[in-house]
Amino acid sequence: MIRKSFLSALGLLLACTANAEWALNMPKGVTDLSLETYNLHMLVFWWCVAIGIVVFGVMIFSLIKHRKSKGAESASFSHSTTAEVIWTAIPVIILILISIPTAETMVKIEDSRNPDMSIVVTAYQWKWHYKYQDSNIEFYSSLARSSMAARPKESGVDPFSVDNYLLEVDNPVVVPRGSKIRLLFTSNDVIHSWWMPELSIKKDAIPGIVNEAWFIANESGTYRGQCAELCGKDHGYMPIVVEVVEPEAFDAWVNSHDAEQ
Amino acid sequence: MNTEVIDAHDEHADHAPPKGIKRWLFSTNHKDIGTMYLTLSLVMFFIGGAMAMVIRSELAIPGLQFVHPEFFNQMTTMHALIMVFGAVMPAFVGLANWMIPLMIGAPDMALPRMNNWSFWILPVAFGLLASTLFMPGGAPAGGWTMYPPLILQTGDAFPFLIFSIHLLGISSIMGAINIIVTVINMRAPDMSLLKMPMFVWTWLITAYLLIAVMPVFAGAVTMLLTDQFFGTSFFLAAGGGDPVMFQHIFWFFGHPEVYIMILPAFGVVSEIIPTFSRKQLFGHDSMVYAASCIAFLSFIVWAHHMFTVGMPLTGQLFFMFATMLIAVPTGVKIFNWVATMWRGSMSFETPMLFALAFVFLFTIGGFSGLMLAVAPADIQYHDTYFVVAHFHYVLVPGSVFAIMAGAYYWLPKWTGHMYNEKLGKLHFWASTIFVNITFFPMHFLGLAGMPRRIPDYSTQFADFNTIASVGAIGFGLSQLLFVWVLLTAKKGAKVTAEVWDNPQGLEWTVPSPAPHHTFQTPPKLSSADGFH
Repeated sequence: MIRKSFLSALGLLLACTANAEWALNMPKGVTDLSLETYNLHMLVFWWCVAIGIVVFGVMIFSLIKHRKSKGAESASFSHSTTAEVIWTAIPVIILILISIPTAETMVKIEDSRNPDMSIVVTAYQWKWHYKYQDSNIEFYSSLARSSMAARPKESGVDPFSVDNYLLEVDNPVVVPRGSKIRLLFTSNDVIHSWWMPELSIKKDAIPGIVNEAWFIANESGTYRGQCAELCGKDHGYMPIVVEVVEPEAFDAWVNSHDAEQ
Repeated sequence: MNTEVIDAHDEHADHAPPKGIKRWLFSTNHKDIGTMYLTLSLVMFFIGGAMAMVIRSELAIPGLQFVHPEFFNQMTTMHALIMVFGAVMPAFVGLANWMIPLMIGAPDMALPRMNNWSFWILPVAFGLLASTLFMPGGAPAGGWTMYPPLILQTGDAFPFLIFSIHLLGISSIMGAINIIVTVINMRAPDMSLLKMPMFVWTWLITAYLLIAVMPVFAGAVTMLLTDQFFGTSFFLAAGGGDPVMFQHIFWFFGHPEVYIMILPAFGVVSEIIPTFSRKQLFGHDSMVYAASCIAFLSFIVWAHHMFTVGMPLTGQLFFMFATMLIAVPTGVKIFNWVATMWRGSMSFETPMLFALAFVFLFTIGGFSGLMLAVAPADIQYHDTYFVVAHFHYVLVPGSVFAIMAGAYYWLPKWTGHMYNEKLGKLHFWASTIFVNITFFPMHFLGLAGMPRRIPDYSTQFADFNTIASVGAIGFGLSQLLFVWVLLTAKKGAKVTAEVWDNPQGLEWTVPSPAPHHTFQTPPKLSSADGFH
């Protein structure tokens, strides 16, 4: 009976979402570490599926076979040390198998030594400020006007008609592909969190504290994220856009910035 | 003369309870106080649920349709506070009040007047909290986690929030003391600790957790209060304080709090599954050790809520390994329930259906919990709808379903009549289907990149949000069936003292409905009641 409800719920879900399959899972991202993170995510997921098949399998078998209406007589056993030792030991082994690669990845994530370039990210209610260290490039990055116009209640603008609704900014962060970029996070007011799924970075920007994270993007492209820590009324309206460009294009961008100033 | 007074007093105790409002206001009777706790919990469940309906209506399609972002944040904050402190916790305290004395053969709770007080503080606390909705600046909107500095931007509501939490904490601590004293001192003479039913055991452990962490929580919010009004800088960087310190203190309370909301649920389910499997609970003692183990681990895993705040690598590794360890005792519990069912003789009355759904769906919440323990992946999941899906799976088809299961299981004992089984089953199926439609798609939303606590979202998240909203409204409406079952509870056939098919435990040895006073002389344990 339970199984039926499961299947019907699942069936309904699948029917509604058959054409949106791309949004079902975590992105693999464009850095080595984001791929490692994705693989860890899938590793634990498949362990969960395997455990689920065994546990739910036994349970469903029991629900079908051991019911009073089928004339099942109840047995009288109430403990078995062997069984209990087995189902304590096996999870421990699985956890060890999961935690070894996880710890390896964590060590890499924390290794922000020798960056090619550092960017100081300062969070404000409700926008981001970026300063490229060792250069005079700095700018604010806020929600794009197109989304700004569509977001109020009764704005009369259909969100579906806006490109990248709520995920577009006026000034994106531009970084070169293949360089080790270190990000230094802090905040001017409340706690925010800089989240870029494709780079597998989510780090809190906290007043009075400087946090760091790093990445080497392997593919150029435009990547989108959002503030992930509740930071007040416009928390949903402070997106992040990172443009990863070829090194030459990055130099051109830096020069054009210098020319402006 | 002395004997006369004592006699008169004894006689008085046999009288029916006072009539009208006085019965409830001045009650020192564990059954009446249990009923009041459960009623308050149901009312709060619907108030918190109404807020969830506002949230899901706004999120049904992209763009803002009904509310402004400020009010949306007030709704998410208040929904959480009311559901955690108003619906789930009082429901378990209500079940404890009703059932613990009946299960251990005690005439009442050990400290009946304190029992009365710990209940009546609650309506006052929630009055304070709810009044903030009508204040300038509105209700608290900084999330139920109340992280500074954001929470310090709350308007007039701020001190009301703090004081209502103080009151809730006082109530919880008194309730916990009462339960510990009752369980330790008032068990039937032959009932050794390891002979106690699982519900009593899990509540004993829960009560210790409450006493350990509620004062910590009160301390944390008091520091917020002095930061706001008395010039201290515990959490203000500008004055040399540390905003992250609050998160450490909060989650030192917050993580055990999670187990406060699930351990009694384990207890309820451990009572129900044996009854309807017609078989003893598998591994009673290992269940006790597993619950104690979970309680111990709950104190050393708090920072897994904080993998993104910037902790040293060794700290992250410690909290990750400790968190993963919790999967072991939790697994033992689930395996033991399955082993209880194995080669049983099962029937599927409403309480059993809810208990089975609990085992299935709580396990799914456990799986996402294991995924969340993996720190690099957690950095991606953190503060997204994946987390929302996870904790709603352990709280709604987890804690709430266990409360429902317990309510259906013991309702005939409370009223003396069988509830409407058809309606009960309908309520179960509607709840189970809709709860999955609501919360399962949230896993996908989180993985695809939707942060939590946002009033509006990018159009790529539209489909799953619409499905979740439809499910939520269906789940909300399904709960009206439960109210109908309760309102018509006394219309069913009269039940025997046992109610079910040879259930085990002392609560089934007293008549149904349970008289106002029970076990005025301690009972003898017999093997017919499941004691060996």
